[in-house]
Amino acid sequence: MSAPLVEAALAPHGEGRAGEEPATPPPGRRWRFWRRILFRLVGAVIVLWAAATFTFFVQTLLPGSRATLLLNEQTGQQKQYTAAQLAPINHEYGFDKAVIVQYFDYIGGLAHGNFGTSYEQHQPVLTIIARQVGPTFALTLTALVFAWVIALALTLFTTRRNRLLSGLGSGLEIVTAGLPYYWLGVLLLVVFAIDLQIFPVVGGTGVTGLILPALTLGIPLAGFLGQVTRDEFEKVLEQPFVTSARARGMGDLQVRLRHVLRHAVLPAITLSGWALGALISGAVIVETVFARPGIGNVIVTAAQSRDVPLVSGVVILVAAVYVVANVLVDLAYALIDPRLRAG
Amino acid sequence: MSAISQHPSGLAPVSTLAVPTWVRRLRPGVILATLVIAFFVLAVIVPSLLATNNPLSINLSATLQAPSWSHIFGTDASGRDLYSRVIYGARQSLLIGLGATGIAVGIAIVLGFASGLAGGIVDGVINRFVEVLFAFPVLLLALLFVAVFGPSAKTEIIAVGLGTAPGYTRMIRGQVLAVKDSGYVESARALGHSYRRIVRRHIFPNAMRPLVVIVTLGVGQSIVWASGLAFLGLGVPPPAPEWGALLDAGRDFVTQASWLEIMPGVAIVVFALSLTTVGRYIQQRLEGGITR
Repeated sequence: MSAPLVEAALAPHGEGRAGEEPATPPPGRRWRFWRRILFRLVGAVIVLWAAATFTFFVQTLLPGSRATLLLNEQTGQQKQYTAAQLAPINHEYGFDKAVIVQYFDYIGGLAHGNFGTSYEQHQPVLTIIARQVGPTFALTLTALVFAWVIALALTLFTTRRNRLLSGLGSGLEIVTAGLPYYWLGVLLLVVFAIDLQIFPVVGGTGVTGLILPALTLGIPLAGFLGQVTRDEFEKVLEQPFVTSARARGMGDLQVRLRHVLRHAVLPAITLSGWALGALISGAVIVETVFARPGIGNVIVTAAQSRDVPLVSGVVILVAAVYVVANVLVDLAYALIDPRLRAG
Repeated sequence: MSAISQHPSGLAPVSTLAVPTWVRRLRPGVILATLVIAFFVLAVIVPSLLATNNPLSINLSATLQAPSWSHIFGTDASGRDLYSRVIYGARQSLLIGLGATGIAVGIAIVLGFASGLAGGIVDGVINRFVEVLFAFPVLLLALLFVAVFGPSAKTEIIAVGLGTAPGYTRMIRGQVLAVKDSGYVESARALGHSYRRIVRRHIFPNAMRPLVVIVTLGVGQSIVWASGLAFLGLGVPPPAPEWGALLDAGRDFVTQASWLEIMPGVAIVVFALSLTTVGRYIQQRLEGGITR
């Protein structure tokens, strides 16, 4: 994740907080706050619908006949079939209907929680996902916590210290933010599990098995959040209220903890919602490195066997999680910063 | 950018050494990064110059050897020299990175300019579209494409390009908006220049200025994403010594021959980091951030 992308992600989402208007009497203000939330929710639903539409049309781009692919994958062969052989498959999966009918069936199904049936496992996609969602949830959440702890420690103790310490801190952030998950994962695995034997090589779902994967996922995010927080931290350190706090005789660490940090973490909070996508992408790779069960494992296996409904199901669900998380982040933001509530 | 504009006092810097300013402004890290990039570009053009062995020659008496002076990155399960494979793999990896960035930037220029210049409904629609693309994590989008089209270099390039396009679109749109509101565009308008002329002469060239940076940073990122996909076994099919494919091949030997994973990873990390360093340096120069 690079700096310009950070700026792009920081740009306000649509009209989210564009309409800053002068303060109005309290009842109108509250109404406006709720109306904005309503707008945000409607916007989220539209984004989800568009994401589902996009996913559907990517599926229809499948070269050749889907029924042929399906039969070949199921039988492990590579051959052509006669129309008579394909007909029952086409009928079962609805490929014989017009694309527009298939589209409405698909969207209607999604709205009722029907994500289709896996080509490979012959089970509802949602059932397969529900079985595997736990480990991935634990992994991404732990990684997010690790990332925040590391990023906060780095900024608190290295921003605007002496040249060496500051340079070390920001250098560390740049390097870690660019580390590919697979490489970091293998490195941690080799050092801590194979050479030092502190952690198990193949994790399972226990607590000790969670630490290395979560670190792998958390460290690049920490570098990324650290970069953003550091920039903001430096700006806030220049603010008059910091000088006045110092003038009141407050110690340096106190100032940083009580006054500066609170302001400096705001952009990073917004980015945590945005970073969720990167975390889930990362989880796919991390689960493969550490041979962990989870959604990542499901989608990789599904992509290998070209199980299109299962892959699409995971993709739409992740998009939904992303959209919901960002709505929540926006709401949290409005609650933290009273200026936005009035807007 | 002239030296004077960077010194608000109007005083030119006092030069004690007869070294041109731009040389003194160079930083050791940037020089090192440039050398690394030059090394890999050379590897792309004439790999035989840098490789120590034939990347495909099998030597069954020297399989899975740890890095040593004769094989600085070690050897793989067929006794092939890993360093030479990394060198020969640079070409395909770099092409994938460039291709994906090219697609991303192409989409971003069209959408970014359309939404920045047109505003109104067009802007709203494109913004929504970008928001939708943002909801698809790059790797998951890539996996969807692999499931639909099957694994290949083409799939990889298109998927990574499409996945990284929304970020660039927002950047270019922001740039267009900033240029549109600038003083010189206002002056041009006051002088009665036609809209088309203003767009062509002022907005387009100025909004495209950060493109060098975007591409530099983007290629590194794209290579990392594409190699991640390959690591999952869904990239370019095996015989090619592409970096991601090397990672994929090494995955089975992590416990006994970890260098097969670590060394190609080092190449990717060092290359991507060098691109980031140089990209950021150019960015700072463009924005006038470096005054010392």
